[in-house]
Amino acid sequence: MAYTPHTSKEILEMLKAIGVSSIEELFNDIPDDIKKKAKDNFILPPPISEIDLINEIQNLAQKNKGEKFISFLGGGAYKHYIPSFVKLVAQFPNFYTSYTPYQPEISQGVLQAIFEYQSLICDLTQMDVANASLYEAGSGICEAALMGVRINGKKEVLVSEGLHPEYLETLYTYLEAQEINIVKIPLNKNGETDIDFLKEKISNKTSSVIIQNPNFFGVIEKELEEIEKITHQQDALLILSIYPISLGILKAPGEYNVDIVVGEGQSLGIPLGFGGPYLGILATKREYIRQMPGRIVGETRDINNRRGFVNTLQTREQHIRRAKATSNICTNEALSAIMAAVYMSLLGKKGIRKIAEICFSRAHYLKDLLNKEGFELTYPNSYNFNEFVLKTPIDSNIVIDFLKKKNIIGGIPIKRFYPEREKEILIAVTEMNSLNDIHFFITSLKEAINKN
Amino acid sequence: MYPENLKYSKDHEWVKLEGNIATVGISFYAQEELGDIVYVDLPEIGKTVKQNDVLAVIESVKSASDVYSPISGKVIEVNEKLKEKPEIINEDPYQEGWIAKLEISNPNELDTLMNAEEYKKLIGA
Amino acid sequence: MNKEIPLIKDLHDDNRPTINLPDPLEDYLPEKILPEKLLREDIPIPQVSEPEVVRHFTNLSQRGYGVDTGFYPLGSCTMKYNPKINEEIASFSSFANLHPYTPEDLSQGSLEIIYKLGEYLSNITGMDKFTFQPSAGAHGELTALLIIKAYFKDKGEKRKIVLVPDSAHGTNPASATMAGFETIEIPSDERGLVNPNILAKYLNKDVAVLMLTNPNTLGLFEKDILKISQMVHETGALLYYDGANLNGIMGYARPGDMGFDAVHVNLHKTFSTPHGGGGPGAGPVGVKSFLKDYLPKPIVEFDGEKYYLNYDIKKSIGRIRTFHGNFLVLLKAYCYIRLLGSEGLKNVTEMAVLNANYLKERLKDLFHLPYPDLCKHEFVLSGKKQKEKGIKVLDIAKRLLDYGVHPPTIYFPLIVEEALMIEPTETETKNTLDQFVEILKAIIKESEENPNVLKSAPHSTPVGRLDEVHAAKILKVNWK
Repeated sequence: MAYTPHTSKEILEMLKAIGVSSIEELFNDIPDDIKKKAKDNFILPPPISEIDLINEIQNLAQKNKGEKFISFLGGGAYKHYIPSFVKLVAQFPNFYTSYTPYQPEISQGVLQAIFEYQSLICDLTQMDVANASLYEAGSGICEAALMGVRINGKKEVLVSEGLHPEYLETLYTYLEAQEINIVKIPLNKNGETDIDFLKEKISNKTSSVIIQNPNFFGVIEKELEEIEKITHQQDALLILSIYPISLGILKAPGEYNVDIVVGEGQSLGIPLGFGGPYLGILATKREYIRQMPGRIVGETRDINNRRGFVNTLQTREQHIRRAKATSNICTNEALSAIMAAVYMSLLGKKGIRKIAEICFSRAHYLKDLLNKEGFELTYPNSYNFNEFVLKTPIDSNIVIDFLKKKNIIGGIPIKRFYPEREKEILIAVTEMNSLNDIHFFITSLKEAINKN
Repeated sequence: MYPENLKYSKDHEWVKLEGNIATVGISFYAQEELGDIVYVDLPEIGKTVKQNDVLAVIESVKSASDVYSPISGKVIEVNEKLKEKPEIINEDPYQEGWIAKLEISNPNELDTLMNAEEYKKLIGA
Repeated sequence: MNKEIPLIKDLHDDNRPTINLPDPLEDYLPEKILPEKLLREDIPIPQVSEPEVVRHFTNLSQRGYGVDTGFYPLGSCTMKYNPKINEEIASFSSFANLHPYTPEDLSQGSLEIIYKLGEYLSNITGMDKFTFQPSAGAHGELTALLIIKAYFKDKGEKRKIVLVPDSAHGTNPASATMAGFETIEIPSDERGLVNPNILAKYLNKDVAVLMLTNPNTLGLFEKDILKISQMVHETGALLYYDGANLNGIMGYARPGDMGFDAVHVNLHKTFSTPHGGGGPGAGPVGVKSFLKDYLPKPIVEFDGEKYYLNYDIKKSIGRIRTFHGNFLVLLKAYCYIRLLGSEGLKNVTEMAVLNANYLKERLKDLFHLPYPDLCKHEFVLSGKKQKEKGIKVLDIAKRLLDYGVHPPTIYFPLIVEEALMIEPTETETKNTLDQFVEILKAIIKESEENPNVLKSAPHSTPVGRLDEVHAAKILKVNWK
């Protein structure tokens, strides 16, 4: 077997050293009927060679036709340019084939890279402290809400309906388990969180208010200052879900006095990968550091007073605090965090702003063309970053299916999440959508509607 | 290392009673077992605790240990110095390193605790 | 080598260029469209040139250690070789660049891989249906506990207790808390196993589930598992399998046949997907059919012609994360299983167990061996003989670094004093194991002749022993 290097001679020597006569004897501690069942039922397809595997996989890869299409898909995962070096770093053996840095003296590379990731996230969000990563944004939102409950002991969470519907679903799963109540705050006609409704529902029983910006419908929440005031007046915490690239132009969460920032870090150099692995960002104010979930890398010194890095504040974590830990998370997304650190370092302040400006300007160019062509948007008076909702005169699936014939994936039909909203499509534009793509999209969209 | 004027619990806390005010801390043995103390999670003033309730949490790098209240009462003062310098517990567990002062509600509980002699026997000192 | 590597921010200069990017459209710049109050002035992220960034992270990566560098016998972590072909396949554009909301008819390849991996894992574990949303082992535990909670709620039973042995991974009780359960620990018996007589005292109508890993964290097979399963089920409770140690039994025992009702599998352990310095992993959860209506939704199904996402799961606990889980990790595990098949996976287990027992045999005189029975994929030694002479297991671990070996897991499981938990895995040669034995012998000899060389170790690493107390006190967790 290719990955088990033992020769028959070595096997015999080792069995002899152990004092058994066969491999089977090493399994004498397993009851016979368990072994018999395993023998009778453990039947996988026959093994294949690496060459055959490549062929099999290439056949499967070809069935992923969508990858070759011009795509306007967004909704929490975005096709951004990934600089080659980010992909190379993910193949550095000492990064990708290492375990959690339990032995810091030989893991300074991973630890410093994660320290830099934490620092860069703080710079980007203007928060005080960030952890070493969570799985992705959906479970990240849940960890933030639970962190809020630990901080203030209150058991009701107010959530804007601008939150990604999958984050919201995840939130219900996590919070119900601990009997924490969720109150949804609807959006107003401009697609922003309804402030009047928020004022009505918030009370001194509210643990946190959860907002996403830009929200799921691509709308920029322009009253965050007001939301912050209302939230803090009731001693509740403001939790904000972010799209990191948008912070290249939008005011940082720290400037709004947000308490906990979460976000999907996929846009920071992580491949789309059909949904994962991604990167759960979590950052907060310094005063809440002991309530944070997940690993945190901190600076220290060695016996010779040289700078070094270690996992710190581990008493919050499951391997020490067990049932009283701040979270059960152990394995996280360290490699994604390192990729994000490399991405942010490569782009720098200028690059991140520039990517954000390209996304913004191309999305608004498309929006402008759609307006000129007489298309309607669901929230025409809203501000957007790189995503918005288009109204279609006919069922959105008919439009999407027609566009497919032109090798275009025209966006996400809103009815995927809200079945009653049959004639709307969520459209995202990034630096990967050329002006030619945008023009071809408009032409094809007109055709789709005229022909159906 | 185990002053005669204190009472001790089996969980290695000590109590010093003055009037109806009890000062609580952890024993020399306890601080040694814990190693370098890096953080103390102090109770809120005004909190009432029953005997053996969790009063505070003491953290070293690799452990978080509950400090059980050796006596019932209301927390009236905590040692604010521990917030900045938790290592005082290691340096001086009985004087500077006290944790909290309680207004006690049941002085009879003191009889359930050990004197220095008994405590030393417990820890094999 | 031992020079400090500066932080990336120390290389900052405002006048450095960014990478080669196109320009935005001048007429549609944010400042022309958005109100000023929404806009950001400065982004305090450092500006460093591309060549400098490349050198910085390349240098950082050299201050590390991976399975590709050397022996990594970290107990309970299954640090086996990660086949390189899997990395190449995961970088195929059709997988790496596929958006999770790609319409089903345009993502049939990825959906098929998820579906088939579910079939394979069902066969390996003896379960009926898998979900792939859980992103890690702990995430899988939480998912399964929520499924179990929903099952009892549905039956109108309020069971609040999760039982775990005292040798359990810390994630077990932590996951139980997150799922809204209380945890009670059962003491292991003198064999290091769950004893039916002891278990009997803990089983009652309040117990929802017993969480076990088998082999347990001592590397021992729970011999009484069938009896345990019967007892647990007789009280109406369920049995959960923590799949962290599946590498020790493939081909010889399936959790489903042992009576487990739900499992999670750590693809980043048994199925060779790399650990990435702490993640990503994947912790798919499999259940017996009576629990499948509670699985998170959606689930990938096959209707005979095409693969599709089934959202119609009646009593689903809902979502546990976004999208379809860590797909690229799933893909690597799929490739691994295809390359090995049943015989190959059985061989993996055999060689893992052979390596562990061989190493145990060779080390049993050097250290105290608290549980001398046959082990499976790993075993636990105690450094208590050394402790009596003033040498801690930590000192031995740090000295191993000087010899270029990653130390075993230390101070876990908690029930063994001065524990050294050793998992060699199947991908190591006898030669490597023999060298490891010689290194440990040399270290023990040093500990007798010159203990200070251990106490002040490591000496040859980029930094010396690090002050974790100082780190916890100053809490400098970013460069601000």
